[in-house]
Amino acid sequence: MTEVTGTTWNVYDANTLTQAEIYGRVLCDLAEADPRIVALTADLAKSTKIGVFQDKFPQRVFNVGIAEQNLFGVAAGMAKSGLLPFVSTMSAFASMRALEQVRTDICYQNLDVKIIATHGGVSFGQAGTTHHCTEDIAIQRSLANMTLIVPADGWETANAVRAAVKHPGPVYIRLGRGFEPTHYENEDYGFELGKAVTISEGTDITVIACGVAVYHAAEAAKLLKDQDGISVRVLDVHTIKPIDEDAILKAVLETRRILCVEEHNVIGGLGSAVADVIAASGKGCAFAKSGLPDCYSEVGYPEDLYSHYCIDGDGIVGLVRELLHREFEADEDWEDEF
Amino acid sequence: MPLSAEEIRKLQAKAQQLRCDMVDVTVWAGGAHIGGSLSMADVLTALYYHYLEVRPEEPDWPERDRFVLSKGHGGLGLSCVLADKGYFDKELLKEFNHFKSPFGMHLDGNKVRGVDASTGSLGHGLSMALGMSMGARFQKQAWRTYCMLGDGECDEGSVWEAAMAASHFKADTLTAFVDRNHMMIDGLTEDIMSLEPLAEKWTAFGWQVREVDGHDFAQIGEAIEGAQATQGAPTVIICQTVKGKGVDFMEAQVKWHYGSIDSELAAKAKASIMAGGNAGGAAAPATGGAS
Ligand SMILES: Cc1ncc(C[n+]2csc(CCOP(=O)(O)OP(=O)(O)O)c2C)c(N)n1
Repeated sequence: MTEVTGTTWNVYDANTLTQAEIYGRVLCDLAEADPRIVALTADLAKSTKIGVFQDKFPQRVFNVGIAEQNLFGVAAGMAKSGLLPFVSTMSAFASMRALEQVRTDICYQNLDVKIIATHGGVSFGQAGTTHHCTEDIAIQRSLANMTLIVPADGWETANAVRAAVKHPGPVYIRLGRGFEPTHYENEDYGFELGKAVTISEGTDITVIACGVAVYHAAEAAKLLKDQDGISVRVLDVHTIKPIDEDAILKAVLETRRILCVEEHNVIGGLGSAVADVIAASGKGCAFAKSGLPDCYSEVGYPEDLYSHYCIDGDGIVGLVRELLHREFEADEDWEDEF
Repeated sequence: MPLSAEEIRKLQAKAQQLRCDMVDVTVWAGGAHIGGSLSMADVLTALYYHYLEVRPEEPDWPERDRFVLSKGHGGLGLSCVLADKGYFDKELLKEFNHFKSPFGMHLDGNKVRGVDASTGSLGHGLSMALGMSMGARFQKQAWRTYCMLGDGECDEGSVWEAAMAASHFKADTLTAFVDRNHMMIDGLTEDIMSLEPLAEKWTAFGWQVREVDGHDFAQIGEAIEGAQATQGAPTVIICQTVKGKGVDFMEAQVKWHYGSIDSELAAKAKASIMAGGNAGGAAAPATGGAS
């Protein structure tokens, strides 16, 4: 696993720029040092904010028109020829329209293609279901060879992009639309690919989150501590594949209650990935998943949708309170394992 | 029968009113795909106010003609037409894009009456439209199927898979329109991914090809009637249009692919529409803008 230690590059300010804009700037930075880097898109150069890259390296941007299958096929070919393609389009098209190209051309051949999937989850709220993507975590994590990262905010996006360059093979980085709140204060919080970040220590329950849900989980934890005196551990599981099994099992053993929160269908996403780990461990715990309850999303501003689907602070607070009262079958031998 | 001068005048007036409605909804929605809705407005008007056999009071009437908005981001334009036709109360459009509204930028056929297919991801509509026309023939039904494609959308390989199949299956009750406004999100179609020679491509795929000024009702009408009379092959009508047509400050501007306007700007837009704007013609190159 590649370790990335934050070195504040100051090429952007995560509080004023969107995740995708930060991606564009960090990529410029990386491309300066690595001539193999090229950027590809399908009529979404503006929407995916690779404009700065285009201004700086016009010869290194390829817009294939509105043709996502071709986009990923071409990226595969470029990778085979020795280039390092970064492909940007909306997550719905990256993970569904071009899925077979991503799976067979890129993952099967284990090619060095980095996918920057914007407008993930319901972040393009008013556009409706065709432009939402609440399936991509499930899809991407089922592709062998794929590394899947869902950054919490702009700072983490920068870390993820840098880690992706160092990590050989296909990487899928899922971003929002750009109006998401920022959780971290800078890049230097010890980001490591495949390792969860402990946002807050806690002993009563653990909230495991990714993407925009990390910010909301952290807010909820503060509120629960102040109002209810509940000690909530919050984990930012930015890398969903390979997932940090140690952090999950530690949370199970130490808090015995796990709530997973993500901007995704509750089937197949982060919650399912965590459940896989817990089920294989043989340990019992109280467990719940929050996200879209296997439905197509409503239309509306993302904030309204987050609250509707309980992935905002209030929603998480409610779910935590509920889960604290849930009964589960405890294992007598647990104490041995500490 | 060719459209009479009187019919054309009525259609022009209707299109003017619908364009004003689109401006209003853009304000209510907080932003919408206004450019591509305005560019196809005249073709939609010709279809819904003259050629389509539909029953707004009975949207699922099995024998109705079908219309698939393959460029689904034109949902703004289509919803204004459907409201005006009486499929639902125009007032509902005040909620366009709002929380839990049935109307998002891309219309959901399970939520909005009169929408024959849920679209928004480009390159799906022509296949579905072909399926509908094959369904008609298989069931010995007489309905016709119409499909509106964006020109940028024609970059999608799936459009051409459907095109190949439509001529193979001799889907002569299928008529496609290409809203040839020469623009997509990132710029001009010919700069981003050249489509020309577009008519020759469709011809090579076995389609009857007609090219019209997409803002001239006489030409639109003649082409649709020509398509209806054509046997043994599907017809594509390439409509030369202007993105943002009717609103002087939006015309032929890439940046108005998607935009927000306040009520002040909306008043200017409507004044421009009512003043008539310029007639017909292909888009002049322009640059800039965001989605
Ligand atoms: C499969 C897919 N890829 C990308 C998009 C994003 N997108 C929405 S509209 C648009 C441009 C469409 O251009 P065109 O078809 O020419 O439509 P018009 O100019 O008439 O609005 C793009 C790329 C999409 N909706 N679907």
